[in-house]
Amino acid sequence: MLRIRCPYCEEARSEEEFAYAGEAHIRRPEDPEALSDREWGEYLHFRTNARGPHREMWVHAAGCRRYFNVLRDTVSYEILDVYPIGKAPSDDSTGNGA
Amino acid sequence: MGTPRRLPSGGRIDRDRPIAFSFNRREMRGFSGDTLASALLAHGVATVARSFKYGRPRGIVGHGVEEPNAIVDLGVGAAMTPNVRATEIELFAGLEARTSRAPWQGAVGPLARYLPAGFYYKMFLHARGFRTWERFLRATAGLGGVPEGPDPDTYDHLNHHCDVLVVGAGPAGLAAALEACRAGARVVLADEQAEFGGSLLAETGPVDGEHASSWVARTVAELESHPDAVLLARSTVSGLYDHNFVTVVERRPDAAGAPDVAGAPDVAGARERLHRVRAGQVVLATGAIERPLVFANNDLPGVMLASSVFTYLHRYAVVPGERMVLCTTNDSAYRTAIDWVGAGREVAAIVDARPEPSGAAMQAATRAGIEVIHGHAVIEARGRKRVREAVVAPLHGEDDRLTGPPRRIGCDLIACSGGWTPTLHLAAQTGVKPRWSDEAIAFLPVPAGDAVTWAGSAGGARSLPACLQTGAAAGAMAASRTGHGEGRVSAEPPETDEPPETPSRALFLVPHQRPPSRAPKQFVDLQLDVTAADIELAAREGYESVEHVKRYTALGFGTEQGKLGNVNGVAILARALGQDIAATGTTMFRPSYTPVTFGAVAGRDVGGFFDPERRTPMHGWHEEQGAEWEDVGRWKRPRYYPKAGEGMQDAVNRECLAARDGVAILDASTLGKIDIQGADAHVFLDRIYTTGFRRLGVGRCRYGLMLHEDGTIFDDGVTARIAGHRYLMHTTTGNAEAVFDWLELWRQTEWPDLDVYCTSVTDHWATAALVGPKSREVLGRVCDDIDLSRDAFRFMDVREGHVAGVPARVFRISFSGELSFEVNVPAHRGREVWDALIEAGAEFDITPYGTEAMHVLRAEKGFIIVGQDTDGSMTPADMGMDWAVRRNKPFGFLGERSLSLPDHLREDRLQFVGLASGDAVLPEGAPLVEVPDGAPPIPNQGFVSSAYHSARLSRPIALGLVRGGRTRLGEILHCALADGRNLPVTIVDPVFYDPDGKAQDV
Amino acid sequence: MPPPHNTLKPHALMQRYSLPRLLAHARRHHEDWQRAWRNPAPKDAYDTVIVGGGGHGLATAYYLAKEHGVTDVAVIERGYLGGGNTGRNTTIVRSNYLRDASTRLYDFALDLWRDLSREINFNVMFSARGVLNLGHTLQDMRDIERRVGANRLNGVDGEVLTTAEVQRLVPLMNCSPTSRYPVLGASWQPRGGVARHDAVAWGYARAADALGVDLLQQTEVVGIRVENGAVTGVETDLGFIAARRVACVVAGNSGVLARMAGLRLPIESRPLQALVSEPLKPCLDPVVMSAAVHCYISQSAKGDLVIGAGTDVYNGYGQRGSFPVLEHAVAAVCELFPAFSRVRMNRHWGGIVDICPDACPVIGPSPVRGLYFNCGWGTGGFKSTPGSGYVFADTIANERPHPLAAPFGLDRFASGALVDEHGAAAVAH
Repeated sequence: MLRIRCPYCEEARSEEEFAYAGEAHIRRPEDPEALSDREWGEYLHFRTNARGPHREMWVHAAGCRRYFNVLRDTVSYEILDVYPIGKAPSDDSTGNGA
Repeated sequence: MGTPRRLPSGGRIDRDRPIAFSFNRREMRGFSGDTLASALLAHGVATVARSFKYGRPRGIVGHGVEEPNAIVDLGVGAAMTPNVRATEIELFAGLEARTSRAPWQGAVGPLARYLPAGFYYKMFLHARGFRTWERFLRATAGLGGVPEGPDPDTYDHLNHHCDVLVVGAGPAGLAAALEACRAGARVVLADEQAEFGGSLLAETGPVDGEHASSWVARTVAELESHPDAVLLARSTVSGLYDHNFVTVVERRPDAAGAPDVAGAPDVAGARERLHRVRAGQVVLATGAIERPLVFANNDLPGVMLASSVFTYLHRYAVVPGERMVLCTTNDSAYRTAIDWVGAGREVAAIVDARPEPSGAAMQAATRAGIEVIHGHAVIEARGRKRVREAVVAPLHGEDDRLTGPPRRIGCDLIACSGGWTPTLHLAAQTGVKPRWSDEAIAFLPVPAGDAVTWAGSAGGARSLPACLQTGAAAGAMAASRTGHGEGRVSAEPPETDEPPETPSRALFLVPHQRPPSRAPKQFVDLQLDVTAADIELAAREGYESVEHVKRYTALGFGTEQGKLGNVNGVAILARALGQDIAATGTTMFRPSYTPVTFGAVAGRDVGGFFDPERRTPMHGWHEEQGAEWEDVGRWKRPRYYPKAGEGMQDAVNRECLAARDGVAILDASTLGKIDIQGADAHVFLDRIYTTGFRRLGVGRCRYGLMLHEDGTIFDDGVTARIAGHRYLMHTTTGNAEAVFDWLELWRQTEWPDLDVYCTSVTDHWATAALVGPKSREVLGRVCDDIDLSRDAFRFMDVREGHVAGVPARVFRISFSGELSFEVNVPAHRGREVWDALIEAGAEFDITPYGTEAMHVLRAEKGFIIVGQDTDGSMTPADMGMDWAVRRNKPFGFLGERSLSLPDHLREDRLQFVGLASGDAVLPEGAPLVEVPDGAPPIPNQGFVSSAYHSARLSRPIALGLVRGGRTRLGEILHCALADGRNLPVTIVDPVFYDPDGKAQDV
Repeated sequence: MPPPHNTLKPHALMQRYSLPRLLAHARRHHEDWQRAWRNPAPKDAYDTVIVGGGGHGLATAYYLAKEHGVTDVAVIERGYLGGGNTGRNTTIVRSNYLRDASTRLYDFALDLWRDLSREINFNVMFSARGVLNLGHTLQDMRDIERRVGANRLNGVDGEVLTTAEVQRLVPLMNCSPTSRYPVLGASWQPRGGVARHDAVAWGYARAADALGVDLLQQTEVVGIRVENGAVTGVETDLGFIAARRVACVVAGNSGVLARMAGLRLPIESRPLQALVSEPLKPCLDPVVMSAAVHCYISQSAKGDLVIGAGTDVYNGYGQRGSFPVLEHAVAAVCELFPAFSRVRMNRHWGGIVDICPDACPVIGPSPVRGLYFNCGWGTGGFKSTPGSGYVFADTIANERPHPLAAPFGLDRFASGALVDEHGAAAVAH
């Protein structure tokens, strides 16, 4: 069971307080109508699904209810980084397709 | 019956507290401090069970979690516990134990020759035949019985946070815990036994100049004096999970009895506790388990682990035999033979596989007058129901083969030791595979990060001083890693006087004159009857991976999970494949270390706490009225209110007619309510909903559909603008939480620039929907500060005022098609206002109605219920709800792009329609077909999503989804019933009642 | 590893398993049973390389060889045969899905299951004990009616049972109307059941080997070579192996392989947990499933209760699960079977399931010519094994989707034609 540090509460808590919210850093297209069906389908359904470091969103559901980003190794489950929404990944060379 | 094998003195048993118990209906006696196993051995019980596959007699082999044979069902009735190891049962008065496997279950034993590993894969190749065979096979398989009724006991969960968790309170664990405590760390120490001390409980030598037991007592006393130490006895650490989350199962003396257990607290409450521990550091001082030797007929009762014989002798004052042959590969077992002689019993010989054992152990044995036969091994045990003689033969010094003729030695006990297997289960549960060490002749743990360390024999330490030293060092190190102390031990490690050992011999399968395929069975896994021949056969057949062999032969799949057989099995496989053990590797270790009671895992989350039940403020009133209930999400909602003698249909008819003709009242408190505020709230809603929200006036309401990005309907509801920048969103009952999460997801992650805030206020409010032509009149009796007239309070308006003197928000919205006022008041005044409305409506015969009538009323109007008429794949167009979709909004709305995907434009999609049937109410869910008869596959034209008897229309009505349905109005389909009948149905418009909406606009 | 056994000729020499043969071997102390499969050295090139030696991959190889005569095939397995999800699942076999496309595919598989032991001369212990899917709410019961009705139109067996009928089939179940989620009824598929998971992999492996397929264990694919938009082979830790066609059947690692070919898939990988109890005497005959409380339970021939939990809520490749998910599943077992509360959990573990947005698989060609994927089975993988292998082999051999596989192409994620087997959304009113 994971232990996650909420970057807003600045507390490490058990996974039970949090909810997973999928891959991070997927921007909604500015103008969906301009996309082809295939491009829209990519946005909707296709995911990096990284084996290893994975950038993902979590929400502190039973705490401050705020979303944040986590860089987590999906094999070892080690949490490598935690940072607020809106902050760019600290190092683009790791996670999600690297 | 007597206890011929009990020594007259000694042991950690309390002879002043005799305990009566029964085993397989035989009355027996033991003492406080005994385990069931030690008490049985004291009585001289040899055979405790019949084996799994061959039905061979089996006796007690070990003294702890490794015991494969002595498995009993404990107690009777609902409080019976199946499959408990006798070695782990503390004796208590009135204990009733029965061998878990019935004797007849081994009935196929005589066919042993025809039952090699993999037998079942090769036979019964016809499926029907297999099903028949399987019934027989299942009957002969299985271990314990099932309790006869619901578990009468309860189980608790406790949560701990600590700096250092020490697993095991043997010498290493005690030393580790002591150092960690002294360094100031918060420590949890858990041990599976009733008493702390582990191997020291049977230790005869001194520790640190004092008797082992007094060292243990002094150490435990110091630990107890530390306020931040939690000491858990009878507590098995069952799992080590990610981020050092650890589960510890504490068995409390059985609620069914056990007041006689020495030192046991007087138990009330939970039978077991699951401690959920989050530890900064974990120190594994899990010890080691002695490895048996694999020789012919090594399963005969009377073949035991040397360390177990030692333990029974010293801890329980029990001698499980009279004349012993000790078969060993190492020094550690010698003292078992020496102390056996000390107990006045005879040692026929020590048979040592090493060519030339020497050193202190050897000398001590000789001094005790024991014959040591070196370079030999016991190759076979003989006897019918227990050991009568050991067959001993000389071994080649290096490559396990016999070099001379065998000889026989009479004995009734063969104590054996093939070395020690560190208990690595927890260390390996994190997924790091242990490594083989030729030097240690064992798999040793491999580090995975620096949050888990080990100490003592779990890490390969062989002597008591080494255990104490590594324990102390690990405890100090773990404490320092959590910020306590410098990592140095507080005192010199205690002195003990163990002589150095001479090297052990690696011996796993003892050779026989005949190869394993022809020799008497050489058991590797006693519980599942897996032999050396089985493993060789698996390898021969190409099952070469250790996991294949495990799965093909069932090696290690028993309830003791290979604690005895794993290493021998791997070694035998390695030899069969001609490779070394390191390359062969070991199987995965999975939690639990030992089996964990389901009830303990579930804890209190059963019965009413399985999932919390939500109740509205008016719940008590509904109960008083005798409402029947429906589960909606977590909510309990009244389904209908039967009057005396009424069935459901009668009640629903009455409730519906009251709403249409008079006045009725519904508890609508369960609808989700989200307060949305901020300068950009309207922009936010405009993006979330298909409908437009930019021009909604203050005091007005609007219906909206919420879509997922894939264009499917997710939720619907009415949102009101209750002030300039303030909106109140209503969601469906079951979706309230999901919708709230959805709003927050977009608000926080995608549109943080919008000035908008969402607050869930579902349970801040109680809601009563007053429905029917008389509703205005009723409301008027209890509300004098809102003008309720048609023009002042229009359909889809919201007003604030007071109802029954309570501040209220009133919505003129309708899910029934009738004139309707939804009265919202603060939740804590809900019952009061509800009572006032009921009183005000009394003269109009106000009728409470439940979800069933609510469904009928909305179905008459053709209103959808998300989740009933939609299934997660329907778009607004499918539901004929394009009227609720506003295109060309500045941003668009979530899911809009998907509405133009090719598949969503297909004309043969399932579309929402009404269905007119004859006199019968259609079964909800039933399929619709074009042609009533035919052979499968029959094209599926759709299904009935909602169907009711309409009291207003005096006929059944139904809603459904039909392929291209909206262009097929008037067409006749058939509803295919389960009994083979087909009912004709006509596709009609889904609005059955008041299509112009006159009734709600009066 | 022991030396390769290339010398052993396939097919002609395969000893068939039978009672007389067993008796004969018993007389010879089982000393000369033949290998179940060879352990060949890899060739430089194959017509078709199948990546993944689980049930699906081995079944694909078998049907390629048997139905299409394509025997120049290698199955490349990183670990040992059947060591992935094949050997980690709860072995439930059924075909009563909601949508026509999935029902037909799974029912095709179920038909193959029924005769599979005889077909591949290896007892996969398929046991048609029947499968119950419980309904706990009125909406569950509507969904059950709909599903069973739709199944019947497809010729798939099914009945809707009342609470009393469920109780008769499963006497130990708590069918009290006052329980938190009372059992209101169930769907019942008598042809459904369980099978022995390892045997499926081994049986297909042995049968494929006998037809000449090379099974390369302990061989890891580390790259997929693509030239001019077409696949040319795979890089392995033993070197390059050329192939005209490469078929990836690697549940739990599909995304990793896709990335090797520069592709992404509509898949997320998550642990799905399972556990077994200690063995008990026979006490539960049918398979009992409750999607509402996330609990799936059956009793194995050996007597263990085999229990499936829900999938973890976050991505992971750890083959271990989240403890709260396990706690919930066990609580559900205790709710449904109050007498099991005192029974003990022996082992628990996780498999990695590849989940598609519509809870349906992807079977078919990829944008790279000659590269095929069969993945995304979610929790449906084991039960589909024979059918999946059959239609995938047909798809590869004919280089076009088998009709039963056609609805499960990658193109559906652009067209919107999702099959959607999530079942009904949460009831909401």
